[in-house]
Amino acid sequence: MRIDCKHVWEHISAYIDSEVAEDLRSEIDRHLETCEICSAVLDSTRNVVVLMADERVFELPAGYSARLHRRLDTEMANKEC
Amino acid sequence: MTAPNPEFEADCIRRILAGEKQLFHDLIRPCERSIYFLLFTLLRNQAEAEDAAQETTIKVFRNLHLFRGESQFRTWVLSIARNEGLGRIRKAESRREDSLEELTEGQSGDFTPAVLTSWSEIPAAALERKELGAILRKAVEGLPEIYRNVVMLRDIEEMDVRETAVALGISEGAVKVRLHRARALLQRDLAPRLKGFAPKKRGKFFGWGA
Repeated sequence: MRIDCKHVWEHISAYIDSEVAEDLRSEIDRHLETCEICSAVLDSTRNVVVLMADERVFELPAGYSARLHRRLDTEMANKEC
Repeated sequence: MTAPNPEFEADCIRRILAGEKQLFHDLIRPCERSIYFLLFTLLRNQAEAEDAAQETTIKVFRNLHLFRGESQFRTWVLSIARNEGLGRIRKAESRREDSLEELTEGQSGDFTPAVLTSWSEIPAAALERKELGAILRKAVEGLPEIYRNVVMLRDIEEMDVRETAVALGISEGAVKVRLHRARALLQRDLAPRLKGFAPKKRGKFFGWGA
C-alpha cells in the first residue's frame, strides 16, 4: 500500500512525537524518500516546534518570580497554616 | 521546564505541613513558569496572568494538605491554576459572549499545511533576532483558544500528553488532535514567513549561493 501526501500530513504531528505505529512509520518514511513536498512540510513543522520550545520565545515578565515569592511571604506571615 | 522530582516534592510537602512553611518557596519554584504560561494562554493578558498566578500559588499553599499524591504535584497545581483562570474568564463572560463558542471543539477548519518544495532549517541562533521571537509569539497567540492551550503546555512547556490532558480537563485523544491541528496551523502561518531567517551562504561572485 502506498500512502498519499494528505495521509502523511494527517500523521505529521504524531510522527514528530514518535507516536505512530511501526508499520505506518515505515510507510511514511518510504513516502518521504521520494516526496519533496512532504519532506519540506515535515521539516518545517518540526523546525517550528523546536523554535517555539526555546525559552527566549516565551519569557516570563521581568521580576515575576520575585513578586510571586514576596506575595507568598506576606501570605505566610499573615496566615496560620 | 524543570523536571518534576516526586521524592523531593513528597518530602517537602510533609515538612511544610509539619511547620517548615518556608520550604514552600522551593516546592513551588519548578512549577511557577508553567503556572504563568497556562494562565497567560487562558487570560491573554500579562498583568492578569501574573495576578492569577499569585492567587493560584496562595491557593496551593492553603490547600496543600488536600494533595493526595495521586497525580504529579505539578499536574495538581496546574488544575488549580486552570480553575483560577476559568473562574476569571467566567466573570468576564458577560462582557464577551463570543468566547464560549471559542471554547468548544471546532469540527470544521482547514488544517492543510503550507506546501513547500524545500526547507532550510532555521537554527535556534536565529532567535537572537528579536523579530523572530515576536513572529512566533504572535502566531501562537493568534491560535484559537483550544489549540493555543495545548500547544502552550505540550510544545512550549514540554509537558507530556497525560499531564496536559489532566491540566486542561480534556482527554488524551483531544490533546493529540488539538496539538496536531495547532502545529498544522502554525506551520501554515509561519513557514512562508520564516524562510527569510534561514542562514544563507554567500556565493563567491554573484548574490546568494544555494
